[in-house]
Amino acid sequence: MPSLIDIRRRIRSVKNTQQITKAMKMVATARLRRAQERVINSRPYSRMAAEMLQNVAAAAAGDERAGEHPLLAQRAEQKIQLILVTSDRGLAGAFNASLIKAAQQFLIEHAGQQVEIELYGRKGRDFFMRRNVATSGEVTGISQNAGLVHAQPLAKKMIERFTNGEVDSVYLIYNEFKSVLTQNLTVKKILPIAVAADGAPARDYIFEQPAAAMLGRMLPSYVLQQVLESFLESSAAEHAARMTAMDAASTNANEVINKLTLYMNRVRQASITREIIEVVSGASALQ
Amino acid sequence: MAATLRLEVVTPERMLIKEQVLAVTVPGLGGELGILPEHAPLLSELGCGPLTFTLETGQKKSLSICGGYVEVLPDRVRVLATLAEFADEIDVKRAEEALKRAEERVLHPTADLDTARALNAMKRAQARVAAAKLGSAKS
Repeated sequence: MPSLIDIRRRIRSVKNTQQITKAMKMVATARLRRAQERVINSRPYSRMAAEMLQNVAAAAAGDERAGEHPLLAQRAEQKIQLILVTSDRGLAGAFNASLIKAAQQFLIEHAGQQVEIELYGRKGRDFFMRRNVATSGEVTGISQNAGLVHAQPLAKKMIERFTNGEVDSVYLIYNEFKSVLTQNLTVKKILPIAVAADGAPARDYIFEQPAAAMLGRMLPSYVLQQVLESFLESSAAEHAARMTAMDAASTNANEVINKLTLYMNRVRQASITREIIEVVSGASALQ
Repeated sequence: MAATLRLEVVTPERMLIKEQVLAVTVPGLGGELGILPEHAPLLSELGCGPLTFTLETGQKKSLSICGGYVEVLPDRVRVLATLAEFADEIDVKRAEEALKRAEERVLHPTADLDTARALNAMKRAQARVAAAKLGSAKS
């Protein structure tokens, strides 16, 4: 039977842990609010940009030069580029584990093809660096405040690799921020860009610039937009996941403390009872 | 006939404007475009410059935008700008200084000057100064 002091020590240690998880939860909550705002503010733009792209693509479909844009080229998928967006820090529940699992699943599904991974975030890098996987590059230390400055070089690199024929398609794996409690694991193909060009133009637009030329300038920025969106979503999802995980940890710590306190009281009670019995039996022995 | 347009201005960072307006002027790539309600559907790329609009109260407002696209429908104008700032957010003095620096670079080019970049910087600065002036002229 553990002594009273041992149990007290244990309770104190759990309390300390709980303080840390509580603090981390608070930090994550504050960061989440900011990240969430950025995601929500960027959504109207991505939605409208996608709509406009469809409109322009539909109008450009009538133009025989439109299908030639390099970013629309559909090739047989021999070499695939995968971008894995993970977080830099752990203690966020299943956030990174589910991403890594999805990436491994992706590798199994495309076992016949050549897949290269671009690793964003320390967690994903640490995992795949130790395994025998072809990587095309890595960037760490940005998941906390990823922004346009980080998305730009990545988008540029992907566009270059794709147009040079180094890869035939580019996929993104990231966690989409759905709500504070749920993250949506998303696998998205960003290159070649899929536009439903067969749909009739929504309206008979007047084009200030030729539709095909306009489309050509729109496509690269659309790729950038998608990369940026994945960064923002991932960053909000990370904070949300950490917040939920830390909340669960704090609640769990509370439970452990309650159980230990109960146990401690029982042990104390038992030792008091034993002492009384000893005193009483000692006294009766004297008579 | 609808007397107003719904103007929406968004950037990748935020939604700046969502309002009913009487008229809009946007800096198209090929020159300024004035848009009134019942305009024919139009798509255009945007250059750098001031975007001005008139509210239903008759009040005029302006912002500086740079790059992006505009979609015009009879009852709606959507501006997807790469960069956008409200006129009253612009620090006029800073913008003017930036413009001066940019002009300096373009007029007296050094050997390693990236001309396209310098010109872009100048255009951006011009757009901001112009928008700020338009904004302050009214309010």
